[in-house]
Amino acid sequence: MADYKIPETHEFPIIPSIMEGAMAHSSPFVAGEEFQSDMGFPFSGETGKLIDGWKERFLELMQEKLSKYRSLQVFMDICVKCGACTDKCHYFIGTADPVNMPVARQDLLRKVYRRYFTFAGKYFPKLVGAVDLTEDVIKQMYSYYHQCSECRRCAVFCPFGIDTAEVTMAARDMLAQIGMGQKYSNQIIPKVHKIGNNLGLPEPALVDTLEGLEEEVEEDIGVKVRYPLDEKGAEILLVTPSADFFAEPHIDGLIGYGKVFHAAGVTWTMSSKASEAANFGLFIGNYEQMRKISLRIRDAAKELGVKRIIFGECGHAWRVAYNHLNTLAGPWDFLDPNYPVPQHILEFTKDCLDRGILNINKSENDHMTLTFHDSCNIARASRIGDKPGSQFTTPRAVIKAVCNNFHDMSADTIQDQTFCCGGGGGLLTDDLMELRIKGAQPRMEALKNVSNDHGVTHMAAICAICKSQFTKVLPYYGMTMDQIVSVHQLVSNAIVLEGQETDE
Amino acid sequence: MSALSILYVILFYVAMIILVVGITNKILQYKRVPAPLKIAVTPAPLTKTGVAYRFFTEVVLFNSLFRATKWTWIFSFMFHFSLLLAFLRHLRYVISPDSIFWPLINNMVVQSFGHYAGFTMVIGLLGLLARRIFVDRVRYISSISDYLMLILILGIAVTGLSIAFVAHTDIVQLKAFIMGLFLFDWQNLPTDPVLLAHLTMVLFLMVIFPVSKLIHLPGLFMAPTRYQLDNPREKRHLSPWGAELEAKDGRNA
Repeated sequence: MADYKIPETHEFPIIPSIMEGAMAHSSPFVAGEEFQSDMGFPFSGETGKLIDGWKERFLELMQEKLSKYRSLQVFMDICVKCGACTDKCHYFIGTADPVNMPVARQDLLRKVYRRYFTFAGKYFPKLVGAVDLTEDVIKQMYSYYHQCSECRRCAVFCPFGIDTAEVTMAARDMLAQIGMGQKYSNQIIPKVHKIGNNLGLPEPALVDTLEGLEEEVEEDIGVKVRYPLDEKGAEILLVTPSADFFAEPHIDGLIGYGKVFHAAGVTWTMSSKASEAANFGLFIGNYEQMRKISLRIRDAAKELGVKRIIFGECGHAWRVAYNHLNTLAGPWDFLDPNYPVPQHILEFTKDCLDRGILNINKSENDHMTLTFHDSCNIARASRIGDKPGSQFTTPRAVIKAVCNNFHDMSADTIQDQTFCCGGGGGLLTDDLMELRIKGAQPRMEALKNVSNDHGVTHMAAICAICKSQFTKVLPYYGMTMDQIVSVHQLVSNAIVLEGQETDE
Repeated sequence: MSALSILYVILFYVAMIILVVGITNKILQYKRVPAPLKIAVTPAPLTKTGVAYRFFTEVVLFNSLFRATKWTWIFSFMFHFSLLLAFLRHLRYVISPDSIFWPLINNMVVQSFGHYAGFTMVIGLLGLLARRIFVDRVRYISSISDYLMLILILGIAVTGLSIAFVAHTDIVQLKAFIMGLFLFDWQNLPTDPVLLAHLTMVLFLMVIFPVSKLIHLPGLFMAPTRYQLDNPREKRHLSPWGAELEAKDGRNA
């Protein structure tokens, strides 16, 4: 067990008093030569050492970012330090470290911006809190820009809509380009390009896994449900996070997608080339990487000749897909114009439920009382369905259509006020375990309270990172790892396919 | 004309030019920088009318701040709306009664509430200052300039209140001076020290406006997180530099 204290949970949320330096030691592994060069980032000759001329390079990159991203330029200028965001970050609530207050996190970069790019900071640095760019400042940035999961909860409460995620992304990209890339993300992205997915599962392994899955499902329900890979001419290309291929409870969700497609009578396929929905280019703030990863999906869709693209359950992947796929890999004029590009699997399932073409036996989920965890990137950075806010109603409608027992967590911890799982934004790595556990505190607290008050036994999620993170941190809070389930796992439990063997 | 009046005429013009040129420059800078990606904080509006409504709730009601912290909202709301009323009431020094704009300011709301707005402004500012001093989180993020800004505006409010309620100035002469600035027919400025202090602080505020956090006024309309429509699947969003990247490798063809 760890040598740090697991945060306590309370009946009512408590905002901690600040503890300076509480998380100053937290820093993920820095990418070594292999991963820096795989990504086209420079390497100084020693892991974690800055490249020659790093200071000039950093300021040059900052100038470039400021002239390419309106968000960054505006956000650097307009913060008035009102304090609205100071108690909104799950990492601040869980760690009490004041630099984890969103405004303080932004200020790590803003102080440098002021010093080198503004009149006030150039001539009156002390007055406006501007600082010189030193190695210590860079180290601090590396530490605290990897204590932000880019979840945007602060942006919801900011009177001006300042989004710390934009600052974090810019900072991480600049750090990578002076020799301080993060190992976890920079190790994963090259795998996507070389092998096709974050986990590095090659095509033969995928074929094996999916065949095994088909056998397992047939054994279970007596119906041959297909989980096809690289089948040309299929109508739908499903792009799903690679964790869906083997991790629990992710794979139960994948089983669910297959059953829904089967019941709907559509042809579908996955792609070995685009066998990953995740796009870590977002996390590291690198437009070119995000584009390159997105273009795999375009290539796969063209090669397979599909008419529609549907994404599986993954939060940031849906953010990139929903907002950026059109920008980065469009236009999608070669696909069927009758469907949005891309669609979310929940949009497909909800439509099937609404049309009444799924045969549902809700009592199959009666052994559970569910609650739903809104993933940050779906709640605050995208939409599922056709109305603003239908990203909240759609998953709940699907859950309620397949389960009898559902209860929401406290209102200030769900929907657009949802708390991040604590492992998003490129932080789902073992070298940040302390941060992940502490950052999960607000969500764990809300879950415990709804369990105590309303007998909730399980929490459903629609994000691969959330599912992995909760599997890992639930035990630290006295709960069990199997209390986290996929939404399509619930669908899978309740759906009755034609010819299916029932228990009776 | 007195030397002092000449000095203030010059200062007024300089401050006005810095204010207008500075703000225009900043807005043009923000407009020049592209927003390469759709980053609206959702739920976001689907239509331009929806965006206008979103800004209405933010700019008029301070909706997000209300959700974030009630105390800051109360003090901030008091301060900003008192400031607006006081500003409108001050317009009578630059608008003549035969102007078509006169009814806009010559009404009960502006003239009566505006008369007392200085008091609520001071209460709001003291509340914000207290929060900055006593809440550990807000104290941690405050720079010297954050305190000075509140003190400067407090100074303007307090001197303004003294002129209105304690030591009246020659208001007819003051109006002649201000109108003179706009008509290039310069007149003498009353010389009572409280008025001069009030005007000097206002001039200073105008000068620092474009280079300080006060730029949040135009800037808040330029945040892509708030002004963007939620329509990325329906309409392709592409920045000029994004298009250049595409042209280079031709992979989107």
